[in-house]
Amino acid sequence: MIHVRIAGTGSYLPGEPVSNDDLVARGIDTSDEWVAARTGIRARHLAAADVGASDLARVASERAIEAAGCDPDDIDLIIVATSTPDYIFPSTAALLQSKLGIRNSCAAFDVQAVCAGFIYGLTIAEKFIRSGSHKRALVVGAEVFSRILDWSDRSTCVLFGDGAGAVVLETSDKPGILASALHADGSHHPILCVAGSVASGQVIGDPFLRMDGQAVFKFAVKVLGEVASEVLDKAGVSAESVDWLIPHQANLRIIQATAKRLGLSMDNVITTVARHGNTSAASIPLALDVAVREGHLQRGQRIVLEGVGGGFTWGAALIDF
Amino acid sequence: MENIEQRVKKIVAEQLGVNESEIKNESSFVDDLGADSLDTVELVMALEEEFECEIPDEEAEKITSVQQAIDYVNANVKK
Repeated sequence: MIHVRIAGTGSYLPGEPVSNDDLVARGIDTSDEWVAARTGIRARHLAAADVGASDLARVASERAIEAAGCDPDDIDLIIVATSTPDYIFPSTAALLQSKLGIRNSCAAFDVQAVCAGFIYGLTIAEKFIRSGSHKRALVVGAEVFSRILDWSDRSTCVLFGDGAGAVVLETSDKPGILASALHADGSHHPILCVAGSVASGQVIGDPFLRMDGQAVFKFAVKVLGEVASEVLDKAGVSAESVDWLIPHQANLRIIQATAKRLGLSMDNVITTVARHGNTSAASIPLALDVAVREGHLQRGQRIVLEGVGGGFTWGAALIDF
Repeated sequence: MENIEQRVKKIVAEQLGVNESEIKNESSFVDDLGADSLDTVELVMALEEEFECEIPDEEAEKITSVQQAIDYVNANVKK
């Protein structure tokens, strides 16, 4: 039996934090009190105009590879989860491979499952490694959501930020990833979307993120509770055995409601949403890396990673770190 | 067994963090009990769980006071 472990984590946030008050100073009609009370968000990072998802991914990946103690050329699979790729094509994963100087012609591709993208990428890589076809995967969530925000829509523009997080997964003789689950229900696509495309040299449709916040909130709380329970059941372990829940960082109120449903204390939940905002596919690996580097998450502890995003897509992974 | 009015008030108190004694039938969640838009979503979810029903979004939008919640449950939930 081939097991899969997380060998190392890394992350990167561009520039200095941009506070809610900074957004007000930039002319956004909002307030720190309003944003913090409804979302828990106090600041986010925003990438400069000439910085793309692959640039953020490169730094996060270098840090994860260093933490894993391997060489870039030891990576034999690269998966980047992003909804804000550098280009229509080639994939951000291919660009990342080039920027990391990896010349071993390993497989590289993007996964698009919005805020659940990292869980999708992680689970795909897990299956590749378990099959025996690959030994060491780089899985990255990298986003520049600032590019798709309508800064005149105060109900959405305050919620998101830019960043990247990465993990190196490798074969192990001890269990690491114990169980995972992926789901989607495309019938909910209108409540969270960027319903635009490029054709004939221009944007067709709407190039900005649109969200029905209350509908998303309700759906997210419901499925995040369900999917966490699903992976615990699959592995036959209890919620009490989980040291840390590391959920997608969209909104503190969603995280609190999810923890309550699972019977977990907020003392066992990693939250970075206050500092990062919602970085979509990057939020889970960013929070994971913060948990490691700030000394909260120790080797041998048990974690649940879970995310939900547009589509709708959702998933979870139960891991002995 | 508590009646529906008592069960609704108990859920409202728990979700909105107010004393049951402060909750009147005519209390509006937003205007009188300090709820924001996400509190009202969580309140509807808690009512769905307590009374084992699904409240459609267009119905949920109309439930803005304690009495409206009690009326909805009385009209739609099998006892």
